[in-house]
Amino acid sequence: MSEKVLMKGNEAIAEAAILAGCRHYFGYPITPQTEIAAYMAKKMPKINGTFLQAESEIAAINMVYGVASTGKRVMTSSSSPGIALKCEGISYLAGADLPALIVNVQRGGPGLGGIQPSQSDYHLATKGPGHGDFHVLCFAPASVQEMADLTAHAFECAEKYRMPSMLLADGTLGQMMEPVVLPKPSDAGKYDNSWAVTGTNNERKHNIINSLYLSPAELEKLNFERYERYEQIKKDEPMWEEYLMDDAEICVVSYGITARISRNAVDEARKQGIKVGMIRPITVWPFPVEPLKKAADKVERFICVELNMGQMKDDIELAIHCKKPVDLCIRTGGMLPSPDEVLAVIKK
Amino acid sequence: MLIFKEELCKGCGLCVSACPKKILQLSKTRLNSKGHAPVEVTDPDACISCAFCATMCPDCVITIE
Amino acid sequence: MAKFNKPKSLTDAVFHYCPGCTHGIVHRLVAEAIDELGIEGKTIGVAPVGCSVMAYNYFTCDMIQAAHGRAPAVATGVKRSLPDHIVFTYQGDGDLASIGLCETVSAAARGENITVIFINNAIYGMTGGQMAPTSLIGQVTQTSPYGRDAATQGMPIKISELLATLEAPSYITRVTVNNVKNVRNAKAAIKKAFQNQVEGKGFSLVEVVSNCPTNWGMTPEKSLQWIDTHMLPYYPLGVYKDKDAEDKNNG
Repeated sequence: MSEKVLMKGNEAIAEAAILAGCRHYFGYPITPQTEIAAYMAKKMPKINGTFLQAESEIAAINMVYGVASTGKRVMTSSSSPGIALKCEGISYLAGADLPALIVNVQRGGPGLGGIQPSQSDYHLATKGPGHGDFHVLCFAPASVQEMADLTAHAFECAEKYRMPSMLLADGTLGQMMEPVVLPKPSDAGKYDNSWAVTGTNNERKHNIINSLYLSPAELEKLNFERYERYEQIKKDEPMWEEYLMDDAEICVVSYGITARISRNAVDEARKQGIKVGMIRPITVWPFPVEPLKKAADKVERFICVELNMGQMKDDIELAIHCKKPVDLCIRTGGMLPSPDEVLAVIKK
Repeated sequence: MLIFKEELCKGCGLCVSACPKKILQLSKTRLNSKGHAPVEVTDPDACISCAFCATMCPDCVITIE
Repeated sequence: MAKFNKPKSLTDAVFHYCPGCTHGIVHRLVAEAIDELGIEGKTIGVAPVGCSVMAYNYFTCDMIQAAHGRAPAVATGVKRSLPDHIVFTYQGDGDLASIGLCETVSAAARGENITVIFINNAIYGMTGGQMAPTSLIGQVTQTSPYGRDAATQGMPIKISELLATLEAPSYITRVTVNNVKNVRNAKAAIKKAFQNQVEGKGFSLVEVVSNCPTNWGMTPEKSLQWIDTHMLPYYPLGVYKDKDAEDKNNG
């Protein structure tokens, strides 16, 4: 599987999931992620897998909860308004410590918003998509290749930490065609799943998948334990890419599709003699705090480039302890900034 | 023979009204540790082991041997 | 040799239900059916939100607690993952007929090969006695303090009749557990609903007309009588769909 194939981002996610041993997909139609469902609908029946178009996003995430309870790899995909509906189920997955993959090919909001690309679910995804104290692992691919690679990685991390993973893409990446080398086949089973409900076979005490704890002390204890796990994740799992940061005086921070636009702007600025670099978070939760903290001592200012009203700015300011100013270069509603717009903020 | 797991009894009385021989009653003198007046049999010899009481018991209090 | 004993498929945990609540009877019937079919080791149950939320503590088989109303979707996931296992949901009227109505109808319409035990006691018990989708006209609850009014609150939903209009379900029946004879009939229906799944016949639902002495505000004994006088006239017992019988008639 090491040869390059030309694929749409959404299809790369679907194929990568299948290669990662995912044999259960549940979804509900919504633009701009429908290719994932369509791909699964074609492929799953041929590999003895399950494709099921659920009656709603809510039902889909609860079907995911059902399969996840049995210890198997399972996924759903949707776009922003649909993800909002899944939040209940995502919270239950987190509360029951179940691994699963949720793909969010973001579109503009709030409300029904639009169907054009957006990154406006950043807060929702990184702060905990649902009620209660929890996080999901959150990956922000910037290419079709990364969509494939991070899909496999997201499954793996979800199982390692027994929690949901979210792939936070956007409409542009989903629809974009690029050459991709598909990841090697993998499967669940690397990590202990003796907790799963698979039938007791009359050989063990029953397993219970549950998120209800009526004893406040017990619930508090579990929340603290979960957050200890999160602290470990914050240490071990942040992923990022640094670009021309060695001598940078200005640091662009951007993820996903806007990171690609920003990279062009950085190249153009360099041509004009401006010392600008970029830090591209690949995980947006855990947020790559360390490289930003380091950069804060070297650069004069940061520029946050996003397809929302500047939701990541808070995380940047926290990471750099507000040591340097953070400018915004933002578009919303499905609009994309041009490299010139980013360049203009770099040159400000 | 009727055996009552008295500690499980919540004193709901559904067994009492189900008994065709009318030989069950809720105790008038005793409470179990949960504070319920448990069921007791007034005339064990009259029991016909029909299991009506156990059938209606919501708490698996009654075993019939 | 015991003539009547607690079924093996129930744990030793003490039911948290109120005195006289028929949840306990239905739990026992489900466990008896599991015992008699010898499926305990490959059964997975899905508990709802409502009074029976902690049903997972009472059955010895593997159990999952689902979000409010979502048990049929969760069960669908489990069944698709483990098609050779036996999957059942246990849900109340708020869970199944109100917030989870979409999941209920859709799982039934797919003919999902699962068993659904539906407890209809016409009230939300866990939250302290609010109006349910199945509360009767005139029924006084915390949220219908002047009695359920059809003009503003609509008519109670008849789930068995509703689901029987669908093509896919295998078996839809309504039973009750307010006397010995009815408990025995309920047992037979529940066992058939599990047997159907074992035989791959598809979606089976048993609606059990039940009581809530606490929130109905009456003694347990009175509440069983109230089932006869008030519930059953609106919710008639009977088999609403049975593909076995249809096949026989057609054959």
